Amino acid sequence: MIKIYVPLDSAAVALGADEVAEAILAEAQKRDASVQMVRNGSRGMHWLEPLVEVEQGGKRIGFANVDESDVSSLFEADFLTKADHQSCIGEVDAHSFLAKQERLTFARCGIIDPLDLDAYAAQGGLAGLKRAIELSREEIVGEVMLSGLRGRGGAGFPAGIKWKTVSEAEADQKYIVCNADEGDSGTFADRMIMEGDPFCLIEGMAIAGLGVGATKGYIYLRSEYPVALKVLNQAIEIARENNLLGENVLGSNHAFDLEVFVGAGAYICGEETSLLESLEGKRGQVRAKPPLPALEGLFGKPTLVHNVISLCSVPIILAKGGQFYADYGMGKSKGTLAFQLAGNIAHGGLVEKAFGLSLRTLIEDFGGGTRSGRPFRAVQIGGPLGAYLPEDLLDLPMDYETLAEHGAGVGHGGLVVFDDQVNLREQAHYAFEFCAEESCGKCTPCRVGAVRGTEVMERIAKGEDWAQNMVLLDDLCELMVDGSLCAMGGMTPIPVMSAKKHFPDDFEPDHAVRAAE
Amino acid sequence: MTDKLHKIIAPFVGETGGLISAMHAVQAEMGYLPEDVVPVAAELFNITKAEVKGVISFYADFRDQRAGANHVRVCVAESCQSMGSRELVAALEERFALKLGETDLARELTIEPVYCLGLCSVSPAAEVNGKLVGKADADKIAKRVEA
Repeated sequence: MIKIYVPLDSAAVALGADEVAEAILAEAQKRDASVQMVRNGSRGMHWLEPLVEVEQGGKRIGFANVDESDVSSLFEADFLTKADHQSCIGEVDAHSFLAKQERLTFARCGIIDPLDLDAYAAQGGLAGLKRAIELSREEIVGEVMLSGLRGRGGAGFPAGIKWKTVSEAEADQKYIVCNADEGDSGTFADRMIMEGDPFCLIEGMAIAGLGVGATKGYIYLRSEYPVALKVLNQAIEIARENNLLGENVLGSNHAFDLEVFVGAGAYICGEETSLLESLEGKRGQVRAKPPLPALEGLFGKPTLVHNVISLCSVPIILAKGGQFYADYGMGKSKGTLAFQLAGNIAHGGLVEKAFGLSLRTLIEDFGGGTRSGRPFRAVQIGGPLGAYLPEDLLDLPMDYETLAEHGAGVGHGGLVVFDDQVNLREQAHYAFEFCAEESCGKCTPCRVGAVRGTEVMERIAKGEDWAQNMVLLDDLCELMVDGSLCAMGGMTPIPVMSAKKHFPDDFEPDHAVRAAE
Repeated sequence: MTDKLHKIIAPFVGETGGLISAMHAVQAEMGYLPEDVVPVAAELFNITKAEVKGVISFYADFRDQRAGANHVRVCVAESCQSMGSRELVAALEERFALKLGETDLARELTIEPVYCLGLCSVSPAAEVNGKLVGKADADKIAKRVEA
């Protein structure tokens, strides 16, 4: 029986992986070949998807960009035992894109069958939870504190402090809430790991439950991720059957259970207090802080709200100790980050590396430059609320502090690359449009400011009272930063101001407009 | 109609975030949220009609009219912009003589924007009748619509 892997990951499916898997099974049956089909997660080399892998002599041989029409020629070339089809990329693990990475959180993603709990355990899974069961609450929190892990959702708040706050809060009920409302354009790490290694998230949440004394967890999943929903629900069922969830987690006297809640298409629900409102079945309107969700969160109870990748980093921290994790990274940015290469990039996909590598390494070495082949012009880091940076800042090391010094942020680790066809005034305009579309409406600077911003940008584009409107733009941004209740209004000025600062030429009135005046 | 809605919504009462899950369930069954959903949900959840309406209107997923027989969602966020989603939208608008956000009179086709499908490494992205399309172009999308 020969094992064939065809990813179930959305990016692979969007390029025809389901049809390829079906065609391979049909052709195998026709030819009487004995194959076992595994629908794995993606390795994160999305430009090669659908990437079919065949186990040959203990190695996994890859066949890239397979279309269903290629399947019969693959069988003609004897791809089950040989590696000489034109689409063959050799041994997948040896591929330079993967070999150069430091996969801690994504160690299993794309390798195992996402729903095979034995395979999960064989590849290091459950070791963290087993160790956590032996530890006291304080010791678990201590490991997270030692690891230096910071929230991977975007804000970068030290996870250990959050855990300690929730752990020490007195309440009859506490909650773990996983923020899987990954709405930032340019990011897909949460989706990938939920589709490719769901037990890692479940284990991370169970450890968090033990660490802070919570017995109930929710995964708030965006509705745009139907594949992740299906995989997570199946994984939760399997986890319950195997006592990974339930009254006695892995036979201990700790109880923990969780369920998935599906959002309804609101970007703002990625903001933690808005998410909690939504999870309570209400409009996703932002709450004022304090009180912190760590003390008064879901239904007013102490709640540990964490992004998917933060929680998925916890199993390895517990398994290998906080110090092991802290040995990666630089300065106050410990561990690894799952960088996501997106947009106009030749090798789009996921790169997990310790903090400290440069944007240039990510975009040029891993990413292979632009997909269009045209010159690089700008990169937006960290989603729609992230800064646009030009070529001369590409040598900055990626860590929280260095980027903050340059008015940018790591965010959720997404990089969207643009070639020289981009107009940064249009991108700044879009930042306001997006804010107007997605603002929850609770505070005035965001609700009204976003609309005023689009109007100002329209006038700048037309060259109407250009100089005054450029001043007005600064003024408006300052007000939104200072006056908004949350990051939606407070950070929309970041893409706008960074575009204006680094690409001033794009804001100049068009030559045609000037000629007409 | 009211009985049917009652039957769909009732199991969600008492669930965490039940109102939103109930609205998803109604829409999955009926294709949209009919007006009657407001009084029925208000009664079952013991909240005001304004609160129900407030929730429905807040979330982009909920629709008060059935979508066209073909439902296209095109990602218009930054990553897809960098790979020409603005041009893609323009090409689709011209091809189908429809503006983004509209449904044709015969209710054959709805084209809507979506803010990120998480396919940013294979931009531009779209979704046609629930199926994801990476490295999308107007031909790829049209083929799925006609199929």
